[in-house]
Formats: sequence, structure tokens, C-alpha cells
Amino acid sequence: MIETIPIPGIEDFDKVYWENCSKNKLTIQHCGDCNEARFPPRHMCPICQSISHDWKEVSGDAVLWSFVIPRPPLLPVFDKQSPYVVGLVELVEYENIRIIGQIQTNSNIDSIKIGDTLTIDFKKINNEISLPYWVKK
Amino acid sequence: MLKDKTAIVGIGQTEFSKSIDSTELNLACKAIKNALGDAGISPDQVDALGSFTYEETPEFEIARNLGFGNLTYWSQAPYGGGASCAAIGQVAMAIASGIANVGVVWRSRKRGDPSSRMWSHTDEKIFDHWKWSRPSGLVRPVDESSMLIRRYMHQYDYSRESLGAVAISLRKYANANHEALMQHKFLNLEDYMEARMISDPLCLFDNCLESDGAIAIVITNLDIAKKLQNKPAIIHAYSQGMNKEHQLMTHYHGGDPLESSSYVTASNLWNLSDYSPKEIDVAQIYDAFSPMIPFSLEAYNFCSKGEALKLINDGLINIDGELPVNTSGGSLSEVYLHGMNLVTEAVRQIRGSATSQVNNAKLALITTCDATPNAAILLKGE
Repeated sequence: MIETIPIPGIEDFDKVYWENCSKNKLTIQHCGDCNEARFPPRHMCPICQSISHDWKEVSGDAVLWSFVIPRPPLLPVFDKQSPYVVGLVELVEYENIRIIGQIQTNSNIDSIKIGDTLTIDFKKINNEISLPYWVKK
Repeated sequence: MLKDKTAIVGIGQTEFSKSIDSTELNLACKAIKNALGDAGISPDQVDALGSFTYEETPEFEIARNLGFGNLTYWSQAPYGGGASCAAIGQVAMAIASGIANVGVVWRSRKRGDPSSRMWSHTDEKIFDHWKWSRPSGLVRPVDESSMLIRRYMHQYDYSRESLGAVAISLRKYANANHEALMQHKFLNLEDYMEARMISDPLCLFDNCLESDGAIAIVITNLDIAKKLQNKPAIIHAYSQGMNKEHQLMTHYHGGDPLESSSYVTASNLWNLSDYSPKEIDVAQIYDAFSPMIPFSLEAYNFCSKGEALKLINDGLINIDGELPVNTSGGSLSEVYLHGMNLVTEAVRQIRGSATSQVNNAKLALITTCDATPNAAILLKGE
């Protein structure tokens, strides 16, 4: 098993997303023709099949849709972190865009509740990748 | 049309164990030999094969070990837990359309060893859709399922005690099944509540077993089936299903994440069937994790959304309930073989030979994984 945190491989269609995360900005892919927002990023707009796209910055403010507390046996890097909370958050700007990220617990896991209002932050993994995570407001 | 044109006429399996000192090919051969023996069909009559894309025993090795004749059809179905009914349905369609006459579908798997778990092979860099979840520590299928059940329990006001009823009901069936790995292990609510967490809110008993073994089935057209020794389990309806915006195991984007691909499969299956949910005698519901049972019962319209856990706690899925479910103990308590044991149990129920037999069972539903693209089959007796 890998000893390091698995990192997202960067591809053409999500390069800008990860570049912006490295600048502590959350950006959502939009169709360059019909303007429909989509997540996760992908090659083609599922509404109009256009391959043109652009990126719009959002606040990162979100509501906690659900969360889990994984316990070992996990990948070694996560065994060391356990117990931690992984959440699925719903962006306030787009009710159907949900993103996975860790939820900062401040050593108080029991305080995390579905419906919590959250704000985004980023954890730098390397020069190319910063992962979004969320903090209680 | 596929309806009532083919039947499952043979079932076979190996021993089930946490660790079997044998290869997957050896196990596959034994299970297929047993299934053909059960059917009363000579291996040289087999002309079609169906398997899982995750299956590692190739068709040609199976065919030349067992002494099959010339093959005219084979196919594989993807997505692990979503594949069993699809592999069977595709062979049934080939037989119904006249491409072949006698088909074998098998699954052989050595999974007892922890190193065989797919998530443990996560790469340093992830290029598939898991790049959006695994780097944050949502690593295993159980974590991915746990996300949905916590939301469900929040939305419909359920406790862990309510969820425990699923694992406890299935364990009772396993206690009556001499083939079940958990035959001699009893489970009550206290054991469940004290179990170690795997992915909170899911505990050890919400997870399927880790096991070695193989299962095979034999499918023929109805003309051949009627001349054989066993009561045929007729394939009445079959459908696959993948919903809009589906994402494998992490169907969190798009519409309501609690509305899985099972809703698509169910809707098409009932449209193709002469029967409605209330007429079904017994169901075998894919259960890699316990939440998949309430989720699937709702998707297949046995009850309304949010209602399944309450009904399960009222006894719905027990042997004296309205819809006995996973009557051999299922993946949680009999064996985990990507749901193929659910198929053989459905056939036993139709034949009247199950260890927890439902009286006069004529209609048996088999489903596959609620969290992947999936499929289902409705079997009927004569």
C-alpha cells in the first residue's frame, strides 16, 4: 500500500481547477456555450455537448450534507490521521453541487452535525495540489 | 422478447471459507462442474459463457478445463457488485435470441486475504473519478456507503439501533444455513451496538464478509429446461440501470444522491414484468453493506422513501414477514461472492429447497449493488 496521501492526477479538463486551488480559490467549471455549471469537471457539457468551458470563482461557503468518520484499516497515511471527518458539502451558490473534503474538527468530532454552515480553506499537499477542506463558521 | 424464454436450471458452489488453499481457476472449475451436475447437463453441451469484468479466470481456460464444446457466445458485465444479474441477463438474451442454447455464468474469488481489497491498491496519483474523494480520506467502499446512510438516518430520523435490525435479521437466516460462514455466530442488538466502528456510522456487522469461494449457474432455453430434472427458475424479467449523472460508488453529484441507479433498474424491470412489488414472495437484495437493503427496498417500490428501516424493524424481511430478504444470510452472513449467492438462493426458493424456505415461493427478485450501475432479475416458478 502507498505510504503517501493519494493525490489527484492533473488532466486537461481539470488543470485550471487545481491551479486555482493552489491559489486558495475554489472555481467551478461552466459551459462556455450554455453556461451550465458542472462538478466534477469533465470534458463535455452534458446539456449542450460543447467542449468549450470557463471557470467561475465561488465563495466556498457550504452546508454539510453528510459526513463519515473512517476508522482503520485504511491507507497508512489515513490510519495515522484517524479519527478524522470527511464531509460531503453543498455549495451555497449551487444547491446541486456537492464536493468531498475533510471537515476540521478541532478535536471535537461530536460537534460536527449535518446542516452545519461551513467555510472553505485549503491544505497544500505539494506545489501543484492543494486540497479544499471545510471549517465550521 | 426475453420474458419467460429462459431459465436457471443448475446451481453449483464450492465450500465457502475465509481462506481456501486453491486457485480461483480451480474453484471456478469445481463450482461449474457442480452446477452442470445439478442441472443434469453434459459439459459438451455448453455453448455460452457469462462472467464479471472483475473475474480473473478466462473463458478459454474454463472451457478447456471443463471440456465444453464449441462456444458461440460469451460476454462480461462490469462494476463488481452490480454485475451478477447483468452477466446472467446477457447470457439469457443470447439464448432467447437463438445465438446459443446452454450458458454458464460463474464468479470465483479469493478475497479473504486483506491484500486482495481493491482500495488497498490505490495509486500515488489518481486519474479516475476517485480523484475527487480518495485524497480527502474517503478511501473504501464502506466509507462511500456510510456517507449516504448517515444522511438517510438524519433525514428520516433513524438511530443506529434501527439499522442494526438489518444485520440481525440476516444473521438469523445464516444461523439456519449449514453453508453460511456465520452459521454458528449469533448476533443480537447488544453485540451490534458494541461492535467496532469501520466507518462511523457503519460498524463491523454492517459490512459483508471477506471470503473465498466460487459459485456457478446454468441457463438454458425453456424447451431444454422442461426436460431436465430440476424445477426451472424461469427468467421472467431483466433490466440493467444507470441513472443520469451516475458516478461509480460516489454518486454524490447531480440530483438526490439517495436516488440511486436502482430506481432506473426497478422502474424498467416492473414495466417489463407482469407482476408488481406486492406480488413478490421473496427478495435477494445485494448487501455489501447493510444500508443497501433499505435503499433497494425503497427503490424497488416495496415501500415509500424513508419507510424501509421502520418496516424492517417491524419484521418485514424476516421469514414470517411480508417480504423475506436474503434468506441464506446474504453477503453479510453467508458468503461474499459479489452477490452470486443471492442468485443461487433465489433459485432454491423457487425450487422449494432453501434452508429458510418461504411457503410456496413463486416469484423471487434478485438485485445487484445499489451504489453502482446495476441490474436485476425477476425469477418465477412454473
